[in-house]
Amino acid sequence: MRYWRTPLDAGRTACHLGEVFIIADRCKGCAFCVEYCPRDVLVMSADFNRKGYHAPEVIKSGECVNCNLCEMICPEFAIFSLAADTADTAATPKGDAS
Amino acid sequence: MTTEKVQTRTDFPAQPPEFPEHPSTPYLRMDRIPHVWCPGCGIGTVVKCFATALENKEVDLDKASVVSGIGCSGRAAGYLKLDGFHTTHGRAIPFATGLKLGRPELLVTVFSGDGDLSGIGGNHFIHAARRNMDLLVILINNFIYGMTGGQNAPTTPLSAKSSTMPFGNFEPPFNLPHLAASCGASYVARWTCLHIRRLTWAMEEAIERKGFRLIEVIAPCPTLYARLNKLGTGLDGLRFYHDNAEIRHGADTRELDIDFQKGIVCGRFVDEDKPTFSERMNDHYNHVLGEKYRPMPPEGGWLHE
Amino acid sequence: MNADPLGVLTGAHYLDGDFACGEGAMAAGCRFVAGYPITPSTEVVERISRRFPMMGGTFIQMEDELASMAAVVGGSWTGTKSMTVTSGPGFSLMMENIGLAAMMETPCVVVNVQRGGPSTGLPTMVGQADVMQARWGSHGDYEIIALSPQSPQEAFDLTIDAFNLSERYRVPVMFLMDECVGHMTERVVIPEPEAIEIEPRRLTAKPQDEFNPYEINGEPVPEFARAGDGFRFHTTGLTHDERGYPMMTVECQESCVRRLLEKIQDNVADIVRFEEEETDDADVVVVTYGITARVARLGIDLARRRGIKVGSLRLITIWPFPEERIRRLAGEVGALVVPEINYGQLVLEVERCAGGNCAVQAVSHGGGAVHDPEDIAAAIVEAAP
Repeated sequence: MRYWRTPLDAGRTACHLGEVFIIADRCKGCAFCVEYCPRDVLVMSADFNRKGYHAPEVIKSGECVNCNLCEMICPEFAIFSLAADTADTAATPKGDAS
Repeated sequence: MTTEKVQTRTDFPAQPPEFPEHPSTPYLRMDRIPHVWCPGCGIGTVVKCFATALENKEVDLDKASVVSGIGCSGRAAGYLKLDGFHTTHGRAIPFATGLKLGRPELLVTVFSGDGDLSGIGGNHFIHAARRNMDLLVILINNFIYGMTGGQNAPTTPLSAKSSTMPFGNFEPPFNLPHLAASCGASYVARWTCLHIRRLTWAMEEAIERKGFRLIEVIAPCPTLYARLNKLGTGLDGLRFYHDNAEIRHGADTRELDIDFQKGIVCGRFVDEDKPTFSERMNDHYNHVLGEKYRPMPPEGGWLHE
Repeated sequence: MNADPLGVLTGAHYLDGDFACGEGAMAAGCRFVAGYPITPSTEVVERISRRFPMMGGTFIQMEDELASMAAVVGGSWTGTKSMTVTSGPGFSLMMENIGLAAMMETPCVVVNVQRGGPSTGLPTMVGQADVMQARWGSHGDYEIIALSPQSPQEAFDLTIDAFNLSERYRVPVMFLMDECVGHMTERVVIPEPEAIEIEPRRLTAKPQDEFNPYEINGEPVPEFARAGDGFRFHTTGLTHDERGYPMMTVECQESCVRRLLEKIQDNVADIVRFEEEETDDADVVVVTYGITARVARLGIDLARRRGIKVGSLRLITIWPFPEERIRRLAGEVGALVVPEINYGQLVLEVERCAGGNCAVQAVSHGGGAVHDPEDIAAAIVEAAP
């Protein structure tokens, strides 16, 4: 996502990152995930999966924000994201009541 | 020269062993994945949204049943890990009626396609809506009879080509939200399979409501409808929805016709609190019969020692 | 198990066949009925609609017979005994979902109060012309059980048997009344609930993760699981394997469909019932069912007075057909006379099983009325050796 200026709370807010998991052999190459990923993290791979389709692959590792859009839009249950272990700023810890 | 028998691979691993599970795994029959739907078909997306809605609403999966008819969308019952019934063409709604009336505590969802539910199943559709039967109906509309090879459907837009209308359709199609609303449905919404979040929220809303709840989901059919009408791939279909779908909650259902490759109005159109068939039945019998009335218990009419 | 007292109207009543059938269903534990009005069967559901609200039953008049049968199959999958009621034209409409019930092995009862046909035919008048349709009406290979009462008392008793058989064999049971028996008013004695033996829905004792809906363990039919009990089973009208998943292969068709046939064919001894009279040394045996059985009694009397040694074989179970009995009889008697209110349906089965070992004479009546006993007597006399 492109900002026109740095958000004022950029130093306080943790941007939750995600990790993409691709089950390549389930993919049928529809490219929905590649098209609609808001961070453009995916491209269609040049490799073939076992069925002869091009599955997606992650090209911008570390930029997935775990929005789960790919997971929701994939008709094949072939891709999903989970929260990554580390957040990217040392700001307010998640779940802090203050 | 020896000829080798062609081997068919049926041992695709569900996923590489070191991977975490796909989050929808508890809701799917993993022994049947990958499913039969074509590349670029939107039905799988709708099933995913439904699984997510079930999860978010913490539905008791033991009490949830899914009933499908015949057709591509009708295969959905076979992939969801609920009590699933793959019934005859067009008869998913009355079958689901029997399930619901035989065991009132069930959450019964009908998952089927436009041809199945509004063509052969049209009569059952309008009567269940009229009665406000407590069913959640997810109708996936791809404007065609897909599984049988691309025949004209009651929802095929004017001028669209199909295998039985090779020169273009000249029959006016149904406006399904209008049909359901005018018959008495208490919740009517339409989304496309691109609107994954709003579709999931609509399903979650509908799960919490009661009565005849219709969610029409527009989905691409790359193999038949799109191919016969030169509309490209499933992705081209989603791009079309992106550019031509308009969200108008509360729109008058008379204005929801879909013309060929024109705008698609989406949103929640009807959301009313109306008594369901069962509520009316119980209230009425209580009123008329008083203490003599013995309703069927929520656990159903199964008699045992 | 014993019958639920709420459904049993103990006592001596003066009821017509339709009402008696409805009472039989309620006594048998039926608690879900989906129907559509059609003469001459409507009184069955009218009776049920009046009594069901007092016993925890739900009756719904569906929009057509297609929906009725679909709802009955769905209702049965909740473990609730379910039934629908119709006549010829509705029976034709129900065939699709009768096939579904047979394929999914769903216990249910379909009452057909037969009338004159084909098509709209004679709505208010008797016929017995749906006999073959009951067996072969839906497409594909499957077996069903069909019962035929000859009186309102039997309409009560045999309806209970119909439900019990459908539970035992997980098969749709056709209850073939005819308009005469349906609209005939006679004394019907309904016993105490303790005297009525009910076959309950046989549920599985397996834990949920080990259950397969179509797994066979030595019994003729698989164990049942109710929708909503957490078994998360799948069932389909497609040819399926023991998990209930569609498996469209030649091997699966063989294992899936052959068992649907064998579960009935192998248990004919338990299922088939008939009543015989004076067949031991008869020269002619009259094979009858339904109202024709009663009319034929006078015909047989008339023939006996003319010196013919006549016996009678009244079928209570029409399907499966009592092949073995007919085969043996054919070897012992000179002729089998088959009066039916149709142009010759069950007589075809009699001919097939007789195998040419004796003469087979049909006494056909197109419908609209019962036979003239004289016609039956004349046929017996002519057929006698």
